[in-house]
Amino acid sequence: MNSSANALQATFGNAIGRVVDARGETIVYVSPAKVRDVLVWLKQTAGQDYNYLVDVTAVEYRDRERPLEVVWNLRSLSSRQDLRIKVELDPRGELAVPSVVDLWAGANWLEREVYDMFGVTFTGHPDLRRILMWETYAEGYPLRKDFPLRGRFSRSEQVRQALNVNPEGHYSMEELAIADAYDELPRDMRDRLARGERDKIPNSE
Amino acid sequence: MKHLQTIDGSDSWLTTKVQSLFEWAAKTARIDGVVNKAVNLSRANSLWPMPFGTACCAIEFMATAASRFDLARFGMERQAFSPRQSDVLICAGRLPFKLAPVIRRIYDQMPQPKWVISMGACASTGGIFDNYAMVQGIDTVVPVDVYVPGCPPRPEGLLYGILMLHKKIKGEDLFDSSLRDEQLLNDKGLRLPPEQIDEVSEPFGNSVHQFRSA
Repeated sequence: MNSSANALQATFGNAIGRVVDARGETIVYVSPAKVRDVLVWLKQTAGQDYNYLVDVTAVEYRDRERPLEVVWNLRSLSSRQDLRIKVELDPRGELAVPSVVDLWAGANWLEREVYDMFGVTFTGHPDLRRILMWETYAEGYPLRKDFPLRGRFSRSEQVRQALNVNPEGHYSMEELAIADAYDELPRDMRDRLARGERDKIPNSE
Repeated sequence: MKHLQTIDGSDSWLTTKVQSLFEWAAKTARIDGVVNKAVNLSRANSLWPMPFGTACCAIEFMATAASRFDLARFGMERQAFSPRQSDVLICAGRLPFKLAPVIRRIYDQMPQPKWVISMGACASTGGIFDNYAMVQGIDTVVPVDVYVPGCPPRPEGLLYGILMLHKKIKGEDLFDSSLRDEQLLNDKGLRLPPEQIDEVSEPFGNSVHQFRSA
């Protein structure tokens, strides 16, 4: 059992739910309201020092009664310890947890992926857009259990919407490398980026 | 003779000259059969492939291009990694919906004459990926000339498909300009009627019902 679990219980009291030891890996359930404080504490407290965010992901179970979980996998490179923090959310309610991009910059794309696939909103994220599916994707969140395997639209509608996407529309000012090279970009691209232009979904038939 | 036109449809001086030469040859000397044969033979034996490798089929494609199987034996000396200088689009691997507009643009950028080989089960039908993210056969996006089955096809399979394409090219009528018509997307943004796309994308085997367009 990871000793950080006991330290968390001592520090945060009843904001910490159950602590599970799953085959040598420690899982700590935290209340959604306190999860940001817990993660800040784990990153910044001397002796804890979880300076590497391995992954942010989410789990929805086949059992509809079970809550949807958002998972942070943390690792401390100095003390060589792993810790898994979980938050339970009601999948029928609002799915929102605080963003940790300011703590671990690597959380940026990980949180975008969870948002894209599960529809979990990370409040405070600087650029919360879809990352795997294209930005105008309108069928919902593919990894949710209520999402049909083949998507919600007919195949022809899916092909139509896919073909109507502008392949160059995926780039935006938020892609920092492009923003740095802004002055050297071709003029039409500069205009397009300055307008903040994105793909628009054409009217459905 | 549309195939001799430049991409924007205007005739350059050279294409006009070549065109009139062909027409003269066809009309006066009645050697259109010979011209046909000569042009098709040279086209078939100097195909420049544009590889569009998205998955494991691309590994087999690379093996086909490398020394053991050696595509160059069949006139595919040069891999054209630019659509502007290529004749055959080889889609090697599954095509996600996110890549559909990309392959469509590459196909539109290729000059006539052009052909498409759909390599592997996923490119041809969607294969095992009967899900929300995958195009169920690239023929719903671009016209396809040769389908190569396999998961992935062995290099021999791809070579067989290429030789089938050779055969097809050698049977083409040089003076049938309809073969060289650009097949652009229609006003609905599709290249096939919606019912037809639903039909060819219909799941089979143990798969369950798919939503149909109204």
